[in-house]
Amino acid sequence: MSESIAGDSITKETHPVGPNYAKVFLTFASNSLVRDMTFRVNFFLQCVSSIGWTLMNVGFYLIIFQYTGTIGEDSGWDRDKFFVFLATTWFINSMVQAFFMPNAQEFSEMIRTGGLDFALLKPIDTQFLVSFRRIDWSALSNFAAGLVILTFALHSLATRAVDPMIPSLFSVGLYIVFLVCGVLMMYSLMISLSATSIWLGRNQTLYNFWFYITNFSRYPMEIYDRGWGKPLYGFFTFIIPVLLVVNIPARLLARPIDPRTGWEWMLVGWALLATILSLAISRWVFKTALLSYRSASS
Amino acid sequence: MSSTSTEPLATPHHRTGWSWRLSTWWIILRTALEERLVYRGDFALGTLMRFLPIITQIFLWYAVFDAIEAKDGSVAGSDAPQIGGFGFRDMVAYYLLTMVARAFSSMPGLASGIAQQIRDGEIKRYLIQPIDLIGFLLLTRIAHKLAYYAVAVGPFALVFFLCRGYFVMGWPSAPVFFAFLASLLMGFLIGFFLEAAIGMIGFWFLEVSSLLFIYMLFSFFLSGHMFPLTLLPEGIGTFVQFLPFKYLAYFPAAVFLGKIPDDELPMEMAIQAAWLVFFIVVCRFAFGQGIKRYSGYGG
Repeated sequence: MSESIAGDSITKETHPVGPNYAKVFLTFASNSLVRDMTFRVNFFLQCVSSIGWTLMNVGFYLIIFQYTGTIGEDSGWDRDKFFVFLATTWFINSMVQAFFMPNAQEFSEMIRTGGLDFALLKPIDTQFLVSFRRIDWSALSNFAAGLVILTFALHSLATRAVDPMIPSLFSVGLYIVFLVCGVLMMYSLMISLSATSIWLGRNQTLYNFWFYITNFSRYPMEIYDRGWGKPLYGFFTFIIPVLLVVNIPARLLARPIDPRTGWEWMLVGWALLATILSLAISRWVFKTALLSYRSASS
Repeated sequence: MSSTSTEPLATPHHRTGWSWRLSTWWIILRTALEERLVYRGDFALGTLMRFLPIITQIFLWYAVFDAIEAKDGSVAGSDAPQIGGFGFRDMVAYYLLTMVARAFSSMPGLASGIAQQIRDGEIKRYLIQPIDLIGFLLLTRIAHKLAYYAVAVGPFALVFFLCRGYFVMGWPSAPVFFAFLASLLMGFLIGFFLEAAIGMIGFWFLEVSSLLFIYMLFSFFLSGHMFPLTLLPEGIGTFVQFLPFKYLAYFPAAVFLGKIPDDELPMEMAIQAAWLVFFIVVCRFAFGQGIKRYSGYGG
């Protein structure tokens, strides 16, 4: 690593080249894998507890659907469709937990201890370095769990007697695009929140705050669309768009593409725009926060 | 000369009995309280935020009950739908009450703290000094909890006041309320001795953090923190009701809401007390056995 930096500075004298981001990312990924594999039992137990958590959630929703056909009257979120929704939540959460969560935690710690100095000195984009340094491979076991849930749900959805549905290739494509959008929105929120620890010193509460805010994204957005939930619905759709994160991709896959209201297409378009906006805003927050960074040591 | 000078010196050092004990306890309690109240602002905000997931639960359960009502709506004038003996308002009240129960029974950092003290050898302090490890930890924990309630009572009162409409039955009768308080206190002690016993596993295994995580996960589910245990299907439900985890969240809330029939209540309370005694014995036994295994080196 240090050798490659030295090599960079030599070449920089002749003609400036940036670091190869893909290569750096792969190095981070393999380093993390080596680190995870060093404590294999621990890795295994982490996977087991992730699977345990998944099973508990699946059990909880199976119990709910014992008593009711759908979540919300006429909302269309019946058991199979809701499990598509749940799988989507699992995909997005596992990716956020694998790629960004360990880094956001470390970032706050680096600010407190002054370790950020070293990150700032490296000849690479600081946000990139801070965001991807560590990957928690065990969190990807949840991704696998999500795949299992999705397979079961889609199979059941396609073969059931009443109102069967097989998603078209087009909707699968859109699903993947908006899954990525969801992950990016979550990433923007997380990096912005952890960047604020530059101003606040320590942000244990803010970190919890992230957990509690994203909690809203776990259910179909229609359930908030009544009474005193309407302000929440508006706030978490248009100001902090966490409701879009899971809802948009899950809806695209779980329901036929064709009969859609204008409002729904508007939300899909807004999700795309919101992704770009939140990335831009988080980048701005990060850069602005860095300007206020004062090293902690010496 | 020598007899007069040693006399006043010797007494304070060898004071025994209850007055010595009480003064030690008081000092431990006061130190821990002061330690805790330093971060009261962060505390209050954190406590208020802990209620945020309840908002999601309110909307989720409203949607669920709404769908059930729409389906059974043809039977006009029938009672509000119930699942597992809980109507919509009961359900919200249940989640609020489990927050109270968890405020008593959850022991953040207890087991991992014990395991760490075993690992880095700090535990030998308790083998030399005339204080008992479990007693010391219990007192510190009581102090932490008292400090926590002193700050958390504000947010809790606010949320319960805002949500008073969900408590359809109003306040329970005096004996039931007394049983509720007793079950909370026993829930605190069960939580303490259960987690302390798990921490003692550290005498046998060096790294217990993953194990602890799995325990926490299961306790979240089995204690009824996730949903009322009466919702579980018949077979599993009866089994889970036999486990001690329900005293950490489900049981106190069910008592308050009057979900435990009056004639069964004394028996249920007795079973809870029996579990408490069981965990005290297990914890003491594990500590005794662990100390025999333990060996400390160096200073």
